[in-house]
Amino acid sequence: MNDDPREVERPTPPPARPSTTGRRGFLARGGLVAAAASAPGLAFGKDENLPPNVPEWTKSLGPGVTASPYGAPSPFEKTVVRRHVEWLTATEQSSINFTPLHELHGIVTPSGLCFERHHGGVPEIDPAQHRLIVHGMVDRPLIFTMDDIVRFPSVSRIHFLECPANGGMEWKGAQMDGVQFTHGMVHCCEWTGVRLSTLLAEAGVKPEAKWLLAEGADAAAMTRSIPIDKALDDCIVCYAQNGERIRPENGYPLRLMVPGWEGNVQIKWLRRVKLGDRPWHHREETSKYTDLMPDGKARQFTFMMEANSVVTSPCPEKPMKHGKGFHEIRGLAWSGRGRIKRVDVSVDGGNTWKAAELQEPVLSKCLTRFRLPWSWDGGPAFVQSRAIDETGYVQPTIDQLRAVRGVNSVYHKNAIHTWRVNSDGTVNNVQIT
Amino acid sequence: MSRSRNALALGLAALALLAATGVAAQTPARHGIGRAATAAEIRGWDIDVRGDDGLGLPPGKGTVEQGEKLYLQQCASCHGEFGEGNGRWPELMGGHGSLTSEDPRRTIGSFWPYAPGVFDYVRRTMPFTAPQSLSDDETYAIVAYMLNINDLLPAGAELDAAKLRAIRMPNRDGFLQGDPRPDVVAKGEPCMTNCRKEPVRVTSDLARKLGVTPNNRGN
Repeated sequence: MNDDPREVERPTPPPARPSTTGRRGFLARGGLVAAAASAPGLAFGKDENLPPNVPEWTKSLGPGVTASPYGAPSPFEKTVVRRHVEWLTATEQSSINFTPLHELHGIVTPSGLCFERHHGGVPEIDPAQHRLIVHGMVDRPLIFTMDDIVRFPSVSRIHFLECPANGGMEWKGAQMDGVQFTHGMVHCCEWTGVRLSTLLAEAGVKPEAKWLLAEGADAAAMTRSIPIDKALDDCIVCYAQNGERIRPENGYPLRLMVPGWEGNVQIKWLRRVKLGDRPWHHREETSKYTDLMPDGKARQFTFMMEANSVVTSPCPEKPMKHGKGFHEIRGLAWSGRGRIKRVDVSVDGGNTWKAAELQEPVLSKCLTRFRLPWSWDGGPAFVQSRAIDETGYVQPTIDQLRAVRGVNSVYHKNAIHTWRVNSDGTVNNVQIT
Repeated sequence: MSRSRNALALGLAALALLAATGVAAQTPARHGIGRAATAAEIRGWDIDVRGDDGLGLPPGKGTVEQGEKLYLQQCASCHGEFGEGNGRWPELMGGHGSLTSEDPRRTIGSFWPYAPGVFDYVRRTMPFTAPQSLSDDETYAIVAYMLNINDLLPAGAELDAAKLRAIRMPNRDGFLQGDPRPDVVAKGEPCMTNCRKEPVRVTSDLARKLGVTPNNRGN
């Protein structure tokens, strides 16, 4: 006999249920409750879990530690997903989807929400059969297994990665009514791997080598030429993303990070690095990923992702449903040249600007979260953000960009973006002058 | 043999360092990780052809007519019988004089600067659903047809590495590495108050009306 109430034997809990949320799981648990719920005249609607009632999830056990060996977001977050634009490309295998920036907080993008751009689908690569070959203008052509790569001294960095076509649908006018589609070709993760310079030192780069070609193992065998100075500066051959091995769609088992430069050069599924004395002028650096100027000439090797920013709240997906009063303007800024120094926010279409608070840490070539408290008067407003990086580069207006580059350069559209807040709280993508 | 000798030498050096500095962090210039890639291993993957001088072009040849036949079997369903494209699938010909227009058409004939680059791309990625399945002769033939429909190679012609290198593409000088013209001037302390000379004027307000934005509002 034991009088200590803490020692009282409890009945064995029921086995874990497949679903713990939603009416179906609730109703399945007891005929009595089900009968009560269906009894006419009993108010048992959507407020059943609000005080003073005790919520259903408080009155029963949830699943145990074996139910979910790899966790997933709450089923209530099912709309927080990448989305693609069906009319944009001919096939899903050579296409793009977009990060839901309006649903993100902080600076790190969950791996499963990172936008995808691939040109031949996502290969399913057995890491035991993956190899990286480093050859060309080197003293010792080398071949590495994944175990080899992981054995090298490692480094972790948090960097943004942006497709240079981010915003490209907006050159001729405001087209996409949502931040997911105007700015969602960017993500920011912690990347872990070995410095490319370490691998190159292992192979011994010959003095005449000035460029390298990076090549993927996917069905597009994607290639880009990269200058040797950048390769030796801060490039990383990565095997991990946000603490775990890279997701297949982001380059499993091995990808190149080229911090601050256009996403396309950061070759996924990396299988080969070849050193040479000049660039290769391959399809993705001539026919694509070059910037066509109004005079018909195209700028080539415009690698740098210049300073950019966007307000993620409010935005078309996150209207001002609360009516007038307090609203924290939130957004993201980034620069391929280094740290964000300041972000200015305007609610009057650029007549008055206020410096926003930057969330620490402010890292180089990394998304930076900014915020500014705002008391909305309920009237129409034009909300903008303007990033300034540590080199002094100021994010330009769309008029400034068009004056130099016209409207057909597709890539590198980093203009100050405008959301119009309407009196009813809805928000639209507009362009202003 | 030389590997084990290197390993021994490294080991001795490590011992010497340990004696001198205790458990010192060591960053050798080389780590002795990985192994020499064999010539056969490299050959299997070394498929790149350099665009401007054709370095890496393999032996082989193919005619325009052979290429047309292969193209109709393997390429036309996406790119159209004459390279005119098909919906969002890329067009491969035409577009001359369009690069300064409102609707520039960036085709092999109008935009690509170097002919060997076409060989590189076709061999590494095409046909779309069966990449790297074409032989080198087949690739030469298809590239010959590509050049033919762009009026860069006559009917009946046979293409090989030397002839491909000799072709001068119309837009060869159309690319600038380091444009000498200034880009957006985006320096200096930006204005903070009373910055607008004119009231806000909306220049584009189509986004909400176009109806081309996927629904991502969860409704």
